[in-house]
Amino acid sequence: MTDSHNGGFSPGPAGPGDGAPPLLMLSGIGKRFGGVRALGDASLTLTAGSVHVLLGENGAGKSTLINIIAGTFGPDAGSYCLDGQAVRGLTPHRARQAGISAVFQEFSLAPNLTVEENLFLGRERHRLGVLDRRAMRARAQAVLDDLGFDISPRQRTGDLSRAHQQMVEIAKALMDPVKVLILDEPTASLTEAETERLFALVDRLRAEGVGIIYVSHRLREIIRLADRITVLRDGCTITSIDAAGVTEDGLVELMTGRRMDALYPQIPHDPGAALLELSGLTLANRTVEDVSLIARAGEITGIAGLVGCGKSEVIRAVYGLETLNGGEIRLKGQPYRPSGPARALAAGVCYFPSDRVAEGLALGRPIRENASMAALDRQKGVVRRGQERSFIKATMDRLRLRPANIERAVGTLSGGNRQKVMLARGLTRPTQVFLFDEPTVGIDVGAKAEVYDFLRDLVRDGAAVVLVSSDLPEVLHLSNRLYVMHRGHIAAELTGADITEAQVLACFFQEDAA
Amino acid sequence: MSVHLPSHHPQPQQGAERLMLAVAGIGLLPLLLLALVAVLALTEPRFLGTANLLNILRSASVLAVVASGQMLVLIVGGFDLSVGAVVALSSTVGATAMAGAAASGVSPALAITVGCAAGLGAGALVGLVNGLCVAVLKVSPFMVTLGTMSAASGVALLLTNGIPVYGLPDGFVTGFGRAVWLGLPSALVVSLILLGVVAVLQRHTLAGPALRAVGGNVQAARVSGVAVRGWTVSAYVGCSLLAALTGLLLTARIGSGQASLGGLNMTMESIATAVIAGVSLRGGAGRVEMVALGAVFLAVISNAMNLSRVDSKAQLVVLGVILIAAVALDELGKRRRVRV
Ligand SMILES: Nc1ncnc2c1ncn2[C@@H]1O[C@H](COP(=O)(O)OP(=O)(O)OP(=O)(O)O)[C@@H](O)[C@H]1O
Ligand SMILES: [Mg+2]
Repeated sequence: MTDSHNGGFSPGPAGPGDGAPPLLMLSGIGKRFGGVRALGDASLTLTAGSVHVLLGENGAGKSTLINIIAGTFGPDAGSYCLDGQAVRGLTPHRARQAGISAVFQEFSLAPNLTVEENLFLGRERHRLGVLDRRAMRARAQAVLDDLGFDISPRQRTGDLSRAHQQMVEIAKALMDPVKVLILDEPTASLTEAETERLFALVDRLRAEGVGIIYVSHRLREIIRLADRITVLRDGCTITSIDAAGVTEDGLVELMTGRRMDALYPQIPHDPGAALLELSGLTLANRTVEDVSLIARAGEITGIAGLVGCGKSEVIRAVYGLETLNGGEIRLKGQPYRPSGPARALAAGVCYFPSDRVAEGLALGRPIRENASMAALDRQKGVVRRGQERSFIKATMDRLRLRPANIERAVGTLSGGNRQKVMLARGLTRPTQVFLFDEPTVGIDVGAKAEVYDFLRDLVRDGAAVVLVSSDLPEVLHLSNRLYVMHRGHIAAELTGADITEAQVLACFFQEDAA
Repeated sequence: MSVHLPSHHPQPQQGAERLMLAVAGIGLLPLLLLALVAVLALTEPRFLGTANLLNILRSASVLAVVASGQMLVLIVGGFDLSVGAVVALSSTVGATAMAGAAASGVSPALAITVGCAAGLGAGALVGLVNGLCVAVLKVSPFMVTLGTMSAASGVALLLTNGIPVYGLPDGFVTGFGRAVWLGLPSALVVSLILLGVVAVLQRHTLAGPALRAVGGNVQAARVSGVAVRGWTVSAYVGCSLLAALTGLLLTARIGSGQASLGGLNMTMESIATAVIAGVSLRGGAGRVEMVALGAVFLAVISNAMNLSRVDSKAQLVVLGVILIAAVALDELGKRRRVRV
């Protein structure tokens, strides 16, 4: 990597020394949305040159606190000091001028703009309002190159995959010199290689004296990065501790207030008939070429691979969301031509998208309606409200929805809770083949365990589960058979004891190393 | 370490698909327009006459200016039903002020200035009301502009009792409205300049990305520090100003202020033009060059119908059908693009 893309920023005379005031100090922060209390009494003290992890279950108020720090909206109560100065009336624009930059959980990208337009949105280079496009393009390219992201600045952002959008979002936060960098679940849709690159970046910024606030549900990352950890529960700061020496179990206990036995359940794999068979599957856009795989009843079939390797596209194709160019799909032994979701659902195939906002949920509608949507055509026009309500309620309780009110609009839920609503959908109609695309993106450990239990129950009931995930420990632990994809092809099929991290990583990088 | 990501560019395809790609690259509209012009040139001898062509361009230019304003509002995800009424309002208010000033004996230049300022001011006021109601009070654009449409045309009628306002200075009518510059009608030249200004604003200034971001994802625009309210209001004001300018241009050409100018028909044509030109009804996309082409397209169609003596009522039916077809095509195009 060449020059620092953190441009002109230097720690300044105060530096991360002992006597200096902390970079950021929030105390007693409260925030209500209508009748909902998102934050009650949240506090946070961030020092320069450190990584401060915000830990909490879904709906604990992490994103809300971050939005307050970034000026998206103001707090109802409490005090906010930056560099020892009280801050009032903060707007996103002023926050950025003060060097506070955020990577949001729900992206702050306009899909219809090009990558470079998004990178400079709200702070375009201009003279008297006239854009300096050439300078912007050069700078955008430089930042993307420096971060090692293989994205063209002129591409339309909406055409990028979720992982690439995540990269754009990260690049966007680093366009100007930053003092405080906020990362809200930045790795949720990145795989190992990109994640490692992000960590290297975080290390570098920390060394340059940037204060970093980091939110993640992945315990490994927290242990790898954190200098300090602040725990939020129900909108209040429970404790703030030094990160030295914490363990994964310790984190879980801090967060939930109880001990948890095991994150990954024992799954009783009992491979039966092949319910889904792909042979020579090739997509019209060539993201998938000549892929053959089998998913059997009673086992979890994992698909792992780097971002852009085509693993999501494989299951999207089965569900009828991609255009096929060749190959054959057999469902329960019968030839099957995917034509769209309605046909797939009728045939007993259900798909859970990774991008819940764009593809999954009607944000303005209640949780109940969103969860029962897939079953709509089965009700012959008559919606039995009472029955529907109690059924959805039971399902959502199982997934531990917070707050547990199924009549609220999905748009008011925290990121993780939205994902739970998606999952509930699959339970509302008889299905034999479950296709999961990143099912635990952004959900907390407690709920992750619930999702894994949910997968176990599906398998025990004889369903075929295909699990596409960028979370390596997850696919490693849950799959009975694991396909590793590389550049649109199947690079390996691993079973039983062969499913190890070393094996999988070797496949990820096989050709690049050669 | 560098991770290679497979590119998502489609491979070369078969003939039909290649044709589709080419069409998508250039856009359907220019090709349709070319085909239409070619057919008319071959079948209708009067079509290529200079007078006829100038006629087409003159009506296209009026429509293009109004539609480019409509485009600004559509880009921020809005809608403006009041443009036609604003044309009438600026014509009557401008003419009344100009004739009044001229009658009071001030110099013609001053009278013209006063009149234009009054017309533009009235237009800007309507735009401001529209923009503030939408951006600050969060009223639906449909309802707000329906209201201002009614109010503006009411004021235009009240002011004139439906009688044309005469008494405009000669410098405004013969010296400007009916003048010929560089062999072209003055209105056409002014319109081209206005469209050029909009194009420059769109491509080379902050307004371009800001307006599209507001229409594409308001939340993203807001957290990125874009002044969402300010840009929304600017779009509505800009739209009304362009409509008001059109009203003044028409007034100068006819030589009198009239409450019957513009109207609902022009509003509808402006929306049809924008949609034909690929401006998305969901906001976030639209280019003024295409809007100009769309206006020419509609003007050629209506000229063809006039030449072949199609009843003006039947022409309304055709306009309606074209509008629906354009919206349906827009929808289909989206369907192909959006995943799921
Ligand atoms: N715009 C809103 N309107 C109403 N309620 C909201 C809104 N935004 C957040 N909330 C509520 O505030 C609470 C905290 O939400 P927040 O998004 O901060 O959680 P989080 O800790 O980031 O969770 P996650 O890990 O799932 O992202 C939740 O109960 C959520 O439902
Ligand atoms: Mg969150």
